[in-house]
Amino acid sequence: MTTRRTALKGMAGAFALGMGGIHWDTATANAQAKPKRGGTLNFAISAEAPHYDPHASDTYATLHLAGPFYSTLLRFNLAKFPSVEGDLAQSWTVAPDLMTYTFKLLPNVKFADGTVLSSADIKATYDRLRNPPQGVVSTRKATFADIDTIETPDPLTVIFKMKAVNASMLEHFASPWNLIYAAKDLGADQAAPRTKVNGTGPFLFVEHIKGSHIAGKRNDNYFRQGLPHLDGFKGVFTLQAAAMLNAVQGGQLLGEFRGISPAERDRLVQTMGDKIRIEESSWTLNLLVCFNVEKKPFDDVRVRKALLLAIDRWGGSAGLSRISTLRSVGGVIRPGSPMATPESELVKLPGFAKDIKKSREEARKLLKDAGQENLKFVLWNRNLAMPYTPAGIFLVDQWRQIGVTVEHKQSDTGAYLATMNAGNHDVAIDFSNLFMDDPSLGLAKYLSLSRAPENRSRSNDPELDKLYDNHIRERDPEKRKAIIRAFEKRLFEQAYQQPLLWWHRIVATHKTLMGWQMSPSHNLGSQLEGVWLDT
Amino acid sequence: MTIAAPAPAAVTASARQPNVLLDFVRQQPLGTVSFVIIFLMMFAGLFSALVAPYDPLDIDFASILGAPSWEHWCGTDAYGRDICSRLIYGSRTALVIGFTSSFLGSTLGAILGVASAYFGGKIDDWIQRFVDILLAFPLIVLALVVVAAFRKFTVGGVDVNLIVAIAIPILPRVARVVRAAALSVRVMPYVDAARAAGYSHSRIIFRHMAPNVVAPYLIMLTAFIAQAILAEASLSFLGLGVTEPTAAWGLMLSGNAADFYREAPWMILFPGAMISLAVFAFNLFGDSLRDFLDPRFKV
Repeated sequence: MTTRRTALKGMAGAFALGMGGIHWDTATANAQAKPKRGGTLNFAISAEAPHYDPHASDTYATLHLAGPFYSTLLRFNLAKFPSVEGDLAQSWTVAPDLMTYTFKLLPNVKFADGTVLSSADIKATYDRLRNPPQGVVSTRKATFADIDTIETPDPLTVIFKMKAVNASMLEHFASPWNLIYAAKDLGADQAAPRTKVNGTGPFLFVEHIKGSHIAGKRNDNYFRQGLPHLDGFKGVFTLQAAAMLNAVQGGQLLGEFRGISPAERDRLVQTMGDKIRIEESSWTLNLLVCFNVEKKPFDDVRVRKALLLAIDRWGGSAGLSRISTLRSVGGVIRPGSPMATPESELVKLPGFAKDIKKSREEARKLLKDAGQENLKFVLWNRNLAMPYTPAGIFLVDQWRQIGVTVEHKQSDTGAYLATMNAGNHDVAIDFSNLFMDDPSLGLAKYLSLSRAPENRSRSNDPELDKLYDNHIRERDPEKRKAIIRAFEKRLFEQAYQQPLLWWHRIVATHKTLMGWQMSPSHNLGSQLEGVWLDT
Repeated sequence: MTIAAPAPAAVTASARQPNVLLDFVRQQPLGTVSFVIIFLMMFAGLFSALVAPYDPLDIDFASILGAPSWEHWCGTDAYGRDICSRLIYGSRTALVIGFTSSFLGSTLGAILGVASAYFGGKIDDWIQRFVDILLAFPLIVLALVVVAAFRKFTVGGVDVNLIVAIAIPILPRVARVVRAAALSVRVMPYVDAARAAGYSHSRIIFRHMAPNVVAPYLIMLTAFIAQAILAEASLSFLGLGVTEPTAAWGLMLSGNAADFYREAPWMILFPGAMISLAVFAFNLFGDSLRDFLDPRFKV
């Protein structure tokens, strides 16, 4: 435990250092003002998720849709990120060998339908997450594969017993994606959370008008006394950035919690002056270049590697950061975070060299060796303007420079995810959407498809799986770092998928919107219970 | 006494031989100007690779949002791409989609209009009610519905569904006009004669009636090219038409242009001007063609 605590403290310290120079004024603003009760928060959601089940999703669109209606077992304390605090859990203990986690639940917590929350609901939820039944997708199946049994000795106690040590398990219990569902609902239909909302969160579901908005009203039975402050909220789907900006400028919407581009920030500041609050942070999110290894010619490592070598990430970072939310060059861990690969080591990995001319010569040679000098393929992308479109434009240009012809196809979130999840893509711009810097989360996406359904390269690589398992069992931070380096080397040599660039988060909110907390992840803080309006 | 022989009549007859092109230039100077604009656009579209100073897809981060200069006549966009080259390549997109969808919609509309007029009775009623339903939707709204309903299906880099989406709203408009013209042809004695001779319906429609409604068909075709270019630009602007990085005028007005038009107004100025010019040229040419072909407008 001591080693682990020391490591966490070190990580938190480094994180704080990493945030240096970044503008966060929410905490200060909140500390100075007394929350007011009432009002409806209108905010923008820039994508519409096809269902309400974050267990089966890795897009923020699902969380911003469903988050306010649910609770989780633990959650991150955003003011002290990345430390965790209880949500439904009143207290918890972790055995010194990290093999048993015991949670005591808050009493008298009620679901929206009036059912009282018990340990059976936690068990049913985590059983679904770690071992989803036929037809149900759990994107975090690999993360919870180490759970051996879940015991419920009494209605307010849950005991997780592990098969093996997972050094980051506590943080995974705080994952914003693990919304707690009612055992009763899951017993009737395991797929129910996709279409039915029934949670213990601060808000009650009112309506979801497709293509328009989702609305919630205050849950008067919410278990946190005096919360939420708001009477209700309305999340308006604004797929066009221009429409969202106009609405924020006009005061119809008070903000968008995912992130806006530098140009959009500048426009809001220019037009709204001191009425708008801007907060910035590096982002635990990257775009990935993802090859479907089940399709020819992407089953050939030479083709995949050639395409990665052709990308000038350093030049792209300098240019794209001026016009989009894409910014930093990095490996599988967020650049600047404690476990990230430093630049001096990164440039030695395939796809990260600074001499792009030399890399492209090698790329052309690899394509020639593979008999793919006139390669043509479709690049699948999401129709979210920021930053998917700039990334697509950039990649098409980079690949043209080694003689590859690319057709760029953009579709809405639902169709985009369906295409990739069904393995119908050749090459796609995927994303790695993390809520913390812990590598056990960042590496999980690259595990074999049999373990990680969100691996859209559809690769199966036992060597990567083994490195991942070694990593999550290891408690020594230095040894963990060494494993991460080996993992990245293997991943990039095999070129299944690779981060293109990491994002930079800019959030703009009206100054009348209070209590919302900025963090490096747009997946956190979607419950909105502490938000209030200073009007 | 000798009498001088009169000048050969052939000379006078030859001088009076009608030259359609020259007559059009003389009678329709504005139409001629618009035709020159259309011709230049077509030339630029066909020979983009020769005419454009740069590759329209070339990203140059060192030249982001560059103002118009000798190097980049129309400036550069947010990716440092040459706007002039993208306008030239964009004319290809506009003309291919504009012409193909207008041709498709107008031709199908003309066939439907002639058939409706020829058969009359219940067939005419059914076709006209169908046309009424389609006419109830504004062109862009109907195109939006069709594009949203069908996924993209590209052939040779061109989205076939986008062409169909723009063609469908054109169809009823042409059908209605051509039907009116065909109704007057239908009562002509030669049509009755063809019917009495036992010719098939398709032969009467295509050989005897269709050639006599070519004038309104051609006028509608040219007029709707302008509408189709505008529809393509609107759909691309709304994110439902062609996708980046394809050079298309409507697309050049959306995306990053919306973010940077204050710092770089040339990003919207030139594509907007091109759309206006193209629509103006096709509309003017269509009007001039109508004036030229319609005997009622002849002095």
